[in-house]
Amino acid sequence: MNDTSTTDRPGPSPAGPPREQGATSPENRRGVLDVLARFQGVLVPIVALLVAFAIGAALIRLQGVNPAFAYTTLFRDALLTESGLLRTLQKATPLILSGLAVVIGLRVGLFNIGAQGQLLWGAIGAAYVGVHLAGAPAVVILPAALLAGIACGAVWAGIAGLLKAYRGVHEVISTIMLNSVAAGVIDWLVSFPLKEPGQSIPRSSAIDPAAELSNLGFVPVGFVVALALAGLIAWILRRTTAGFRFDTVGANRDAAHYAGIRIPLVVTAAMCASGALAGLGGAIETLGVVGRYETGSSAGLGFDGITIALLARANPLATIPAALLVGVLRSGAAGLQFETGIQPEVVDVLLAVTLLLVSIPVLARVLFGRRARDGVSLTSGWGS
Amino acid sequence: MGFVRANRTGLAVALAVVVAAYVAYAVDGTLTSSLLGFAWSFAVPLVLAALVGVLGERSGVINIGIEGQMLGSAFVAFFAAALSGSMLLGALAGMGTGLLLGAFLAWTTVKWRMDQIIAGVVLNIVATGLTSFFYVQGFTLPQVMPSIEVPLLSSIPLFGPVFFTGGPFSLFAIVAVLVIWFGLFHTRWGLRTRAVGEHPHAADTAGVDVVRLRLLNVTLAGLLAGAAGAYLSMEASSTFERGFTAGRGFLALAIMIFGAWHPGKAMLAALFFGLMSGAAAQLQASRVVDIPEQFVNLLPYVLTLVVLAVAAGRVRPPAAAGEPFVKGDA
Amino acid sequence: MTERLLQLRGVTKHYGPVRANHDISLHVDRGEVVALLGENGAGKSTLVKQIFGLVTPDAGEIVVKGDTRPISGPSDAIARGIGMVHQHFQLVPVMTVTENIVLGHEPISGGRVDLPAARARVQELSDRYGLAVDPDAEIADLPVGTQQRVEILKALSRDVDLLILDEPTAVLTPQETDELLRVMRELAESGTSVVFITHKLREVLAAADRVYVLRGGQQVGEVATADVDEAGLAELMVGRSVVLRVEKDPAAPGEEVLAVEGLHVADDRGLPAVADLSLSVRAGEIVGLAGVEGNGQRELVEAIAGMRRPTGGRIHLRGDGTTQGGASGAVGEVDLTRARPDRARAAGVGHVPEDRERHGLVGSFSIADNLVLNRFTHRLFARRGVRNRAAIDDNATRLREQFDIRSAGIHTRAGALSGGNKQKIVVARELSARPRLLMAAQPTRGVDVGSIEFIHSQVVAARDAGAGVLLVSAELDEVLSLSDRVLVIHDGHIVAEVDPATIDRAEIGRLMAGGRRDAQALADEWGAGGEKQGPAH
Repeated sequence: MNDTSTTDRPGPSPAGPPREQGATSPENRRGVLDVLARFQGVLVPIVALLVAFAIGAALIRLQGVNPAFAYTTLFRDALLTESGLLRTLQKATPLILSGLAVVIGLRVGLFNIGAQGQLLWGAIGAAYVGVHLAGAPAVVILPAALLAGIACGAVWAGIAGLLKAYRGVHEVISTIMLNSVAAGVIDWLVSFPLKEPGQSIPRSSAIDPAAELSNLGFVPVGFVVALALAGLIAWILRRTTAGFRFDTVGANRDAAHYAGIRIPLVVTAAMCASGALAGLGGAIETLGVVGRYETGSSAGLGFDGITIALLARANPLATIPAALLVGVLRSGAAGLQFETGIQPEVVDVLLAVTLLLVSIPVLARVLFGRRARDGVSLTSGWGS
Repeated sequence: MGFVRANRTGLAVALAVVVAAYVAYAVDGTLTSSLLGFAWSFAVPLVLAALVGVLGERSGVINIGIEGQMLGSAFVAFFAAALSGSMLLGALAGMGTGLLLGAFLAWTTVKWRMDQIIAGVVLNIVATGLTSFFYVQGFTLPQVMPSIEVPLLSSIPLFGPVFFTGGPFSLFAIVAVLVIWFGLFHTRWGLRTRAVGEHPHAADTAGVDVVRLRLLNVTLAGLLAGAAGAYLSMEASSTFERGFTAGRGFLALAIMIFGAWHPGKAMLAALFFGLMSGAAAQLQASRVVDIPEQFVNLLPYVLTLVVLAVAAGRVRPPAAAGEPFVKGDA
Repeated sequence: MTERLLQLRGVTKHYGPVRANHDISLHVDRGEVVALLGENGAGKSTLVKQIFGLVTPDAGEIVVKGDTRPISGPSDAIARGIGMVHQHFQLVPVMTVTENIVLGHEPISGGRVDLPAARARVQELSDRYGLAVDPDAEIADLPVGTQQRVEILKALSRDVDLLILDEPTAVLTPQETDELLRVMRELAESGTSVVFITHKLREVLAAADRVYVLRGGQQVGEVATADVDEAGLAELMVGRSVVLRVEKDPAAPGEEVLAVEGLHVADDRGLPAVADLSLSVRAGEIVGLAGVEGNGQRELVEAIAGMRRPTGGRIHLRGDGTTQGGASGAVGEVDLTRARPDRARAAGVGHVPEDRERHGLVGSFSIADNLVLNRFTHRLFARRGVRNRAAIDDNATRLREQFDIRSAGIHTRAGALSGGNKQKIVVARELSARPRLLMAAQPTRGVDVGSIEFIHSQVVAARDAGAGVLLVSAELDEVLSLSDRVLVIHDGHIVAEVDPATIDRAEIGRLMAGGRRDAQALADEWGAGGEKQGPAH
């Protein structure tokens, strides 16, 4: 794109070539900014986060709590105790996976808002196998339960993929609708057919102990799996023909058609892959954390995936730090509420402000002026 | 006469609906009235929100953030009314919030050319985060929303009590449909708006200020989202809860597509959704069929998917919807 | 008669390091027709966009009727009596002729747009300038020639003193072009000045009083058309004397490579675009498809390339191993009628698409990736689904050298390159696959003269190496100079086959217009002027 910043300035520009504008600032300062501008992808989220923490501090102060104490409590609770660290990593695991799910979609130009519903299906699918294959050895039941979660998530997302590829239904609407349908159907499942006998609250029976995912010290196995998958997906996108297909469809559909790529197939495959990742996140949540399916236990994990993918700018490896950040905040929020009475929803505000500042191009422009790159444009309109 | 010719199908459908309604009314008056009443109260926020989508997309801006705009407005309307003790103040605050959130979407997408889908989703997340944090239990509205009877029209059998007797926001929805309908297809503003949504560069070279018109339309559409939100927390109910809008902003987008980006057809589509939900609830309540309660509540969402699967490929969105406008880039 | 309508002083516009316009000064008096001549990329469009307020100059002054205030936008330009007909028509396809013409200055009565009054005004304008249009027709249903009439009427409806036309003849038949040149002269005689952009010398000499020549963003000459001939203009435009002919030996056609029989193809709206079309291309010959754009060329090419499924007929690709196709895949006869693009390519079809930005390239990808865009699964570039980076880079390094693609390196974003270099990427990719059939659609559109010569020589080299070439171009000169055999397409049919060496320009113009009788007189007149010169580029 040409220099667009000059065209949106209304009215006449003063005579004289615009190049001289840059020359008025000191030479060395420009050099530093040029170098910094190259690291925009990292610097913008950090500055955004700092601003969000400042705003959060003001809100905490309004509630009569010392912000420094609140933040210390939050981070100590999430990172500096062994149980806290375990909880943080447990929280980060489905977040990495749902973040990856959204990233895969974005690379093909699809905005999968439905990681939440896919994750729920993964959780219930794993729970079903974990309960009904009880008695089978761990080498059978554990992989079977994980695969069930993956398959459930993939099928659920595949519905949106097919609707997009063959009926032109925009995935943002379809996945939101599917989220609601998933929540309702699964609520019915654990209220009636899969309900734990004798219980009044809607939840499934506990899974067979053989299906439980253990921890390696304070590192959950699921977390290691999530890290490995982030690496694998980064490799697939960079180095394989499948990744090239994904990126080509995402960057230019017409050129993809010209190049002989079957777009409906790629769109459906990407949605299925996306749903499989989210489903795996749900399965790990069931098998490694909750031990059964319980309504409300995975609330919001899928939506945090959107935040994480956008913070990571659709880069699979960057979902790891982004998910860890969200995991720390979510994990520490409970301790924060216990010690200070601040509502855990303060984390939603922190994340919302960060996401806002990362997404709108204003922060990059304030920081880097004309060197700022334009924001990501990854999604498609109604038509295609 | 031109009007009749241009809207043949819509008018035929509307006429058939009216006739069917009166036939049903003759058979079972109470049931028909209550069903239609339920349908309309279900449809009001959807109509208003669909109009938000229509205004945006007709001028070339996709608004995925309607949900967040409604949620924010419902929240502010409720708490402003509860804290000030004035329903009027609450309603105004709600609509003002909608306007503000409309302006937010307008500036990020039109001025700064941010990806429209991402901007809308971010708006939703921000609205969800802020309303969740500031939500406090235990507040109530000072009074119920007063009901207004439109002279003459309200005495029409069946339709009068349903459409022309009700709270200010229900009546506002009908006025909004008519005004936007007329505006889009018969006024200078409408011609220019449609041109901007179909081919912004053509409008630009004809001397139309594309950026200003888009900013104006998307911002003013926020006012309607504000009304939809305030309707939910002040008129349809007297409460607010976290995630209160429950996906209605997205249902509205489906209704907008089903209604082919046309205000009148969108209203019919919303009523159709309302009738379906009402009928299902009625069937379940009267134990005609035994469907679990969860499934009845899911009906609008499933219906949306079905409707989109059938309709999305057949209707044509405004050609420039979703594309940022860069001057001179023709 | 000497009122100065427009004066430009030192107008400069840079896009990053690109000097689109540098220190340009010119003027236009009332009642003149002034041509802006220059090859693609010379900065003509950027210059007129500044006069019309679409682009703001970095420096310099644009004075309209003595008023030195900067032009703030199109509405300001319109208010000062400037009208513009854009190269890409600025019409809303789903609206009527009347709605398009009154957009921006709608007559109002009682709060509504007064459509009856608007319609009457359109009819009046149409009658006054002899530009026939149906006020109630929807733009999407009109042929391009008529759409241009609507564009002109739209500009004239604002009471203009100065009408700017950006490449107005690019989409017209020779006959329609003459009609347009006549309208331009009439406008000038009635006091409306006309500025038109072109790279066709003939049009300059036929219609303009004066001509400004632009080259590399700078104004390099101003002459009265009475004092100059085509050779002089051509040298000014390019900066050196132009090779008027493509150097090539006579063709030595071999076996038939492409056989199209009774083909039917629909356009995007589902209407028939190609109807019962048959043609054949042999190895070692260039078959040119001459015709006005929008007569089914695009649909035909896309059907052969597998991008569009035919509604009837057959497409066959043949080869006996003596052609170059061996490297690309199967030898022998292949039915491509319902093949997808990947299979057509594997069978030996190379395709330079007409819209390289949309189909031919991914702007955000590197040059190296674009050079394997449709061959990324080929065994040279990937094994078991894993891409071979080294081979992809080697391929890019070699082709960049061989096809003279000017860039910082092979990992530069393709979108950042000039039109000529982008097109060289596409041509390099398609030719490096050594196709049996090469389809080149508008291969030199928006490309500088140096690149045009290079691309032409590469197409000829592919032919000499044994490929069959199907050339589609809106530039009649290109078709006639490059082809060994020319087919004329009109309304989805092949209406004639002609010999490019002997065909009379008037005759081919008549055929392109569908052989209509009423075009005959104009064709004769135009042909007489056209005889004297050879193809310019």
